[in-house]
Amino acid sequence: MENLAQIAMESVNFQAIMPSLVLCCFGMVLLLVSVFLERGRTAPICWLSIIGLVVTGIISINGWNDPQAGFAGGVVLDNFATFFNLTCLIAAGLTILMSDSYLHREGYPVAEYYPLILFTTAGAMWMASGTDLMTIFLGLEVLSVSLYVLAGFFRGQLRSNEAGLKYFFLGAFSTGFMLYGVALLYGVTGTTKVAGIAEAIRLMPDASSNPMIIAGAILLSIGFLFKIGAAPFHMWTPDVYQGAPTPITAFMSAGPKAAAFAAFMRVTYISLDSLQVDMSAMFWVLAVLTMTIGNFVAIAQKDVKRMLAFSSISHAGYALVGMVAWNEVGFSGILFYMLVYTFMNIGAFAVLVLIGKQGEDNLTLDGMAGLGYKRPFLGVAMAIFLFSLMGLPPTAGFTGKFFIFAGALKAGYVWLAILGVLNSAVSLYYYLRVMVYMYFRDPVEDFSWVKMEMATIVSILIAIAGVLYLGVLPGPVMELAKLSIF
Amino acid sequence: MTPDVATPFPLLSLLLWLPLGGTLLCLLLRHSSNLCRWISLLTTLTVLVVALGMAVSSIGGSGWLFYEDAAWIEPFGIRYTLGMDGISLLLVLLTALLQVAAILISWRQKQRPALFYALVLVMETGIIGVFLSLDLILFYLFWELMLIPMFFLIGVWGHENRVYAAVKFFFFTLAGSLFLLLAIIWLYLLHGGQTGDYSFALDALRQTVLTPGQEMILYIGFMLAFIVKVPLFPFHTWLPDAHTEAPPAGSVDLAGLLLKTGVYGMIRFAFPLFPAAAQKSLPFLAILALVGIFYAAWIAYVQTDMKRVIAYSSVAHLGFVILGLAAWNQLAWEGSLLLMINHGITTGGLFVMIAMIQDRSGTRELGKLGGLWTVFPNLSAFFLLFCLSSLGLPGLANFAGEILVLLGAFKADPLWGGMAVAGVVFSAAYMLRVVQSALWGESKKLARNDDLAVREWLILVPLAALVVLLGVYPAPVLEFLREPVSLLLETGGMP
Repeated sequence: MENLAQIAMESVNFQAIMPSLVLCCFGMVLLLVSVFLERGRTAPICWLSIIGLVVTGIISINGWNDPQAGFAGGVVLDNFATFFNLTCLIAAGLTILMSDSYLHREGYPVAEYYPLILFTTAGAMWMASGTDLMTIFLGLEVLSVSLYVLAGFFRGQLRSNEAGLKYFFLGAFSTGFMLYGVALLYGVTGTTKVAGIAEAIRLMPDASSNPMIIAGAILLSIGFLFKIGAAPFHMWTPDVYQGAPTPITAFMSAGPKAAAFAAFMRVTYISLDSLQVDMSAMFWVLAVLTMTIGNFVAIAQKDVKRMLAFSSISHAGYALVGMVAWNEVGFSGILFYMLVYTFMNIGAFAVLVLIGKQGEDNLTLDGMAGLGYKRPFLGVAMAIFLFSLMGLPPTAGFTGKFFIFAGALKAGYVWLAILGVLNSAVSLYYYLRVMVYMYFRDPVEDFSWVKMEMATIVSILIAIAGVLYLGVLPGPVMELAKLSIF
Repeated sequence: MTPDVATPFPLLSLLLWLPLGGTLLCLLLRHSSNLCRWISLLTTLTVLVVALGMAVSSIGGSGWLFYEDAAWIEPFGIRYTLGMDGISLLLVLLTALLQVAAILISWRQKQRPALFYALVLVMETGIIGVFLSLDLILFYLFWELMLIPMFFLIGVWGHENRVYAAVKFFFFTLAGSLFLLLAIIWLYLLHGGQTGDYSFALDALRQTVLTPGQEMILYIGFMLAFIVKVPLFPFHTWLPDAHTEAPPAGSVDLAGLLLKTGVYGMIRFAFPLFPAAAQKSLPFLAILALVGIFYAAWIAYVQTDMKRVIAYSSVAHLGFVILGLAAWNQLAWEGSLLLMINHGITTGGLFVMIAMIQDRSGTRELGKLGGLWTVFPNLSAFFLLFCLSSLGLPGLANFAGEILVLLGAFKADPLWGGMAVAGVVFSAAYMLRVVQSALWGESKKLARNDDLAVREWLILVPLAALVVLLGVYPAPVLEFLREPVSLLLETGGMP
């Protein structure tokens, strides 16, 4: 163990934590500012938080191709982290844009909402750049604690309460698993550094049969898999996604998930590289399980929000396919896919935010009948997002899945790719059904309560632009994703 | 198959993106249905004129008549490569022609006209793209792009059972094409691994060295997508539903064009890429085709809905086309492609006419129709012409193709040829039944009794003229087909 004071002297490198630092500062300043605003006035905080995200984004972009390590190797700001940082920032930005009018409509115009999103994002970024299991854990906790609060934000609503509480209990439980894993790995290797663990395991002659390492790896994975929402640790997702405020559901399904993938990838690919064969086999089973459960259960859903929750489970499964592949293509495929998923999923939720009634976020399929005619813009937007979620060209969903499955095929996982494709075919059913209701059924309701809120529309437009750009001209961003491999 | 004509002006791209431009205009001007109508008509006419101009300018040409190539998604070596030879030229012409007919037949579209025309135009881009793409991912993109507008055309503007038909159509064809996608990616990786050159170009991928096992699996992946689209028995069940429920323009596009993309995919991609596997599959293709010919004819005979009869007749005709491909000789292939084009025109004409009849009588049920000849002599004459062409009367379009297919099939295996001849007889049976019960007999109650209007003449005369012309003198078309077909047969590694 080095001398603590020495560490502090030598390795403080604020450059390495600049994005999350700035975002946290913004969050705290906003908390202060909100004290001086009258109750119910949230717009300034909303816009300031957007500015915070943009500033953080610019700082992140500036750090591209200029890797910074700091804090005794606990944090590194490399291209990998930057790519995920930007994904999380985009997710947060789109979420905040659709939130303000929604909070007012639902009667919870509370300014603390925005700083909480900023803290979540900072935690997510922290996870993406953590190279020490403790740093990653810290990031995870910052992220989770803020999310627990956000999930239960509508404290007067039973469902939101349920979501918050459920998420909290199960989340705390899974964190316990993860810490157990960290402790075991520390016990064997004597370090919590991601690279250090790799080194120690490599030097061990019988690492892949060492029960401590295996148990540690599995327990650690469980913590991540829980956050990703992969089966069989997905049980919390439907209830939490359904109960949480819709923008938070959108955010949860994209930003934090991307961050969990980032940390998960870093840990598995670097620390547990020697266990590749076993880990890949485990991921294979989990990927298939996750895709299949997500898709088949989604078919049975009548509630659109809940259906999207299950669909998000299945999309975690597609991304896991990239983990199985364990190669450059599959790996950069996950980066690309998380970005794609951010656009298409948040976009779909943004449409739901607009067409929800006050106090009734939970649209049934019947409630969407004829939407395409009553609200043409929202119908087209939703159709684009659904086609993208299905994975049809020329949308981003296609290029994203293409990237991931190319990775799996390259690694020789033909059956996995086939199962993934079959799952896509299953998913058609429930996505198409929404389309059928939107366009093939006559309107039951007139959607007169739908207010075309400017900010939400902007967020939808950005999402559409993202989906189409990444679908038609994915080259440049794919190139970036390939450059982001550590 | 290297490009030897470099056009300074990207004519192919113009052809491809023009309809999409029309779509955008329609969506922007959606409040004036009249404007949308004219925009879409002008767009389709322009495409037709451009395509005709390209055809005239390339008479006697060889190799790629037109070719374009540009970088697109570089990290994966995906390129924007378009190429047009005689086969794609003819199919693009057919597309352009039938789209004009599709717009004209839906001229009085009352329900959400702007969206309707916009979708028909998107479809045109998709179909033309399929016929022109030489990069497999680009091809796949257009392949899927055809689905979306058709799904909406059936689902929104279709008849009673439209939702079921639309979803079934979408599901069948997409499920098939997902395997195509996997096969494409796998082939790409194999090729890239062997040569270090990661590319989706058809030309490059043909050089891939495959083990027989790999080749067969990849071939099946490709063929699943194409067979479903054609559709070959027993993958045809989506077609009668889709045809029956689709609005007239949708039926015209489905029968006239969409089915052809499947055959085109086989001859352009599946056969040249996997010649040995293709060779092994020929007997199976022939058997499926023959079963399809008889089965479809048999089912067609008992249908009471005219649209369903024509739908099943399409399955039978496409059976002939596939049989011709399976015969694998110059004669049969030329016949298959000619039949494909002629079937497009004939069946397009029939669906157009059924829409006109339904407009006047309010029904497509054979039992409720009769004596049309006495009320609408002109309309009935045209209808008779198309029906006769469909049943293969010598001198009319379908016969020209069928006879070549039959001759080629005899050459390959007399048994195939012999059985197929019997199939022609069957098709006479169900088509004559349609003619008999619709045109002759007692007159039934009609909604209107005005004969053909000017707009309808405008649709029917060119189609009818082509039916006669291609039946009597198909030589110009065959001229376009000769060189590409022999090239395809050779590069397929066959005599």
